[in-house]
Amino acid sequence: MALLEVNNLCISFGGLRAVDDFHLTIEKGQLYGLIGPNGAGKTTVFNLLTGVYAPNEGRIILDGQDITGHKTIEINQDGIARTFQNIRLFSQMPVIDNVKAALENQYSYSLFDSLTHLGKYRRVEKEITERSMDLLKVFDLDRFAETLASNLPYGQQRKLEIARAMATNPKLLLLDEPAAGMNPNETAELMKTIELIRDKFGITILLIEHDMKLVSGICERLTVLNFGRVLCEGPTKEVLSNPEVIKAYLGDE
Amino acid sequence: MSFLTSLVNGLSLGSIYAIIALGYTMVYGIAKMLNFAHGDFIMVGGYIIFTCVSTAGLPPAAGILLAIVLCTLLGIGTEKVAYKPLRHAKSNLAVLITAIGVSYLLENLALLIFGADTKSFTNVVTWPGITLFGGQLRIQGVTIVTILVSLAILIVLQLFINHTKNGQAMLAVAQDQGAATLMGIDVNKTISLTFAIGSGLAAIAGALLCSAYPSLTPYTGAMPGIKAFVAAVLGGIGSIPGAMIGGLVLGIVEILSKTYISSQLSDAIVFGILVVVLLVKPTGLLGKVTQEKV
Amino acid sequence: MTEKILKAMTPKRKNALNGKSPVMTYLVVLAAYAVLELCIKTGIMSSHLQGLLVPMVYYAIVAVGLNICVGILGELSLGHAGFMCIGAFGSAVFSLLTDGVLPDGLRFLLAFLIGVALATLFGFLIGIPVLRLNGDYLAIVTLAFGEIIKNLLNALYLGIDENGLHASLSNQMALGLSPDGKMLINGAMGVSGTPHDANFTISMVVLLIALFLAQNLVHSKHGRAIMAIRDNRIAAESIGINIVRYKMQAFTISAAIAGAAGVLFSHNISTLQASSQYFGYNVSIMILVYVVLGGIGNLRGSVIAASILYLLPELLRGLNKYRMLIYSIVLIAVMIFNWAPAAITWRENLAAKFRAGRNGRKENA
Repeated sequence: MALLEVNNLCISFGGLRAVDDFHLTIEKGQLYGLIGPNGAGKTTVFNLLTGVYAPNEGRIILDGQDITGHKTIEINQDGIARTFQNIRLFSQMPVIDNVKAALENQYSYSLFDSLTHLGKYRRVEKEITERSMDLLKVFDLDRFAETLASNLPYGQQRKLEIARAMATNPKLLLLDEPAAGMNPNETAELMKTIELIRDKFGITILLIEHDMKLVSGICERLTVLNFGRVLCEGPTKEVLSNPEVIKAYLGDE
Repeated sequence: MSFLTSLVNGLSLGSIYAIIALGYTMVYGIAKMLNFAHGDFIMVGGYIIFTCVSTAGLPPAAGILLAIVLCTLLGIGTEKVAYKPLRHAKSNLAVLITAIGVSYLLENLALLIFGADTKSFTNVVTWPGITLFGGQLRIQGVTIVTILVSLAILIVLQLFINHTKNGQAMLAVAQDQGAATLMGIDVNKTISLTFAIGSGLAAIAGALLCSAYPSLTPYTGAMPGIKAFVAAVLGGIGSIPGAMIGGLVLGIVEILSKTYISSQLSDAIVFGILVVVLLVKPTGLLGKVTQEKV
Repeated sequence: MTEKILKAMTPKRKNALNGKSPVMTYLVVLAAYAVLELCIKTGIMSSHLQGLLVPMVYYAIVAVGLNICVGILGELSLGHAGFMCIGAFGSAVFSLLTDGVLPDGLRFLLAFLIGVALATLFGFLIGIPVLRLNGDYLAIVTLAFGEIIKNLLNALYLGIDENGLHASLSNQMALGLSPDGKMLINGAMGVSGTPHDANFTISMVVLLIALFLAQNLVHSKHGRAIMAIRDNRIAAESIGINIVRYKMQAFTISAAIAGAAGVLFSHNISTLQASSQYFGYNVSIMILVYVVLGGIGNLRGSVIAASILYLLPELLRGLNKYRMLIYSIVLIAVMIFNWAPAAITWRENLAAKFRAGRNGRKENA
């Protein structure tokens, strides 16, 4: 059974069909790419998958569970985590606290314990700190643990966003242009990180990316979106050599 | 008849709130700041007219003109000295607190110059007004003038904003300062102009407010300022017709609740209206909803 | 190289987490208490100044409360004087009712808890509608609620006789109290005869408790969630943080602390009135000034700024007419100096020059 199954997804904004009859099937453990020219509706698909928008039509099934119409918070608990095209960190908090905040639904103690630091506070905080440091180590961010997130270099900020999403223990990770603004070295490092997440944690990944080197380097399958509709889908190599796709990217000439 | 009288009085008070609210809303829309000192410009205008008319014996028209000119200059100056340096500060609380400082400054300057005692203001409108329904409904001259003046201001402002180059520049700056700069609009000048208009309007409001309620203290402008702020938010802050409607609604509610419910509770009712409206429409009556892009 | 710069830029943990080292804050407060108490005991401090101590502390407490709302939650409230007002009146009425019935200590403890509980309740109830709004809309609605609370309490008449409690919003006569009944709240005349249970020591204890709770909150799961919402609501939602719940918690705690200050207020004054001077929006704004000057999100800063700024105009009484004028000019100047981007660059350049000069001298030596 597929991990994510999306059928006939539609949304309109003021009469404009931003996403129309979108479908997508991702198998467990796959590294899947969603590509397409600017304005094709890729980020809108992410927003639909994560409950930022409710679709006008269509179904989203995650791991056999219908999650259509769930709110953002519920969707995170259902098992989808994401990063953002324009980085959205908790900029005035230290790096480690960005990750700790994402452990929200996995560790709990009462507000009273928070206010008094009594009860379960010490024990649970210790676990939270250990878990966060472990995650930061995976992303080689542990040396920046106490740095304010806004003081991190750009590439590290992107990695921190991924680490934060990973902390919510997702089944499916959505990455929105993870390599945007990165130099070739940073992109190469990022590709390794993404593969590592998939291999080490067995997490399924769907990513939006314009960097074709990254896409062809790590994605197993692709879906191409153009004007809100699926242009084609299939194994990466096939899709990238499809004349329709080339036309969509380069225009009619 | 007493209902009609109250309604007319409410319209009049509402018109004054509307004039002040116009200033609030324009400054908010264009400079993106809550100018807490705005109400105090009413008081400054009041004292200037008081000095001209009662102390120096000048004709009221001269006093009003001088008040408008001086308040306008004061508004431009305040913006240059106190607000402009903080326009790009990290937190927009900085300029808010500075505005509070300016408010304290103006109030305490007035206290120092004129003292804390209440000055009785001479009505600048000498026309006694009209009597309707065989003497049953008497409307004071100042009431009628207030309503007419605020209507005139609204019309002129709308024409100015929609049909002049400077007005269009204001709209552009209100929408996007960065883009406006790129289009060759002088943002500094536009913001100055906005403060000038807002402060000039406050001076007019001062003349009308002090004529209708002829007592003047250093704190005269504070509460009407806050109420006008409430009116601006009620109407949808940033919207000029909204400020007008908000002002009128507030003035009428205030006078009617003073007459029919309780004078002690009228402020609670006025503020209660704001709460109720914002619960139903979180951006005010005519405010636009903007959604953050994800 | 980059790493070196980063390390240099990396603030120590205590600085990074709003409000510096918690223990240091308690020590500063305790030291201040010791010095002031010594001044009182040795008779150095004038009775005028002694009378300012309790107000100074309760304003510091509200500032801590407001900073939770403004600095930690990131929402501007202009209505905290209203929560203070509720705590003050709720506890004062209880103290009046139980004066002579309960032993003093127990009476004050219960009054304190009741005042705080009422402020908490109102914080919760007002938070439900208010926290749906954003930014400046939220600010003006909190101001509106603060004014409504003040206005209603100003018009409230409350009395008690053998038939129980009587309340009215119009006048004293409407209560229909029997001759041996007792007025509790007398409209604009307020509450008189509240026992003077609050003193400097008790106030300092309350301040320490408020700081303890607030600082603990910042370094906790709940605090992190609240600050995450402040920094980026959309990202916070995406990692499963319940926005409404945490906003409500922060706002309610903030109101509760303001209520605690209100209890101290009413038990330190002979006649408690819901006047603008004590509980109007101006007071909320004054407290906001303390919070901003002390540093948004910096709890220790709030206490220090509140203490200094409360005492300053009082100590300048000698300058009489000019003191508030000076205060306002200083306020404007400080804001520009601290926050204007141009001033910040200028200060940084100056600091860099100073450092360069010092290093140069070292090399020469």
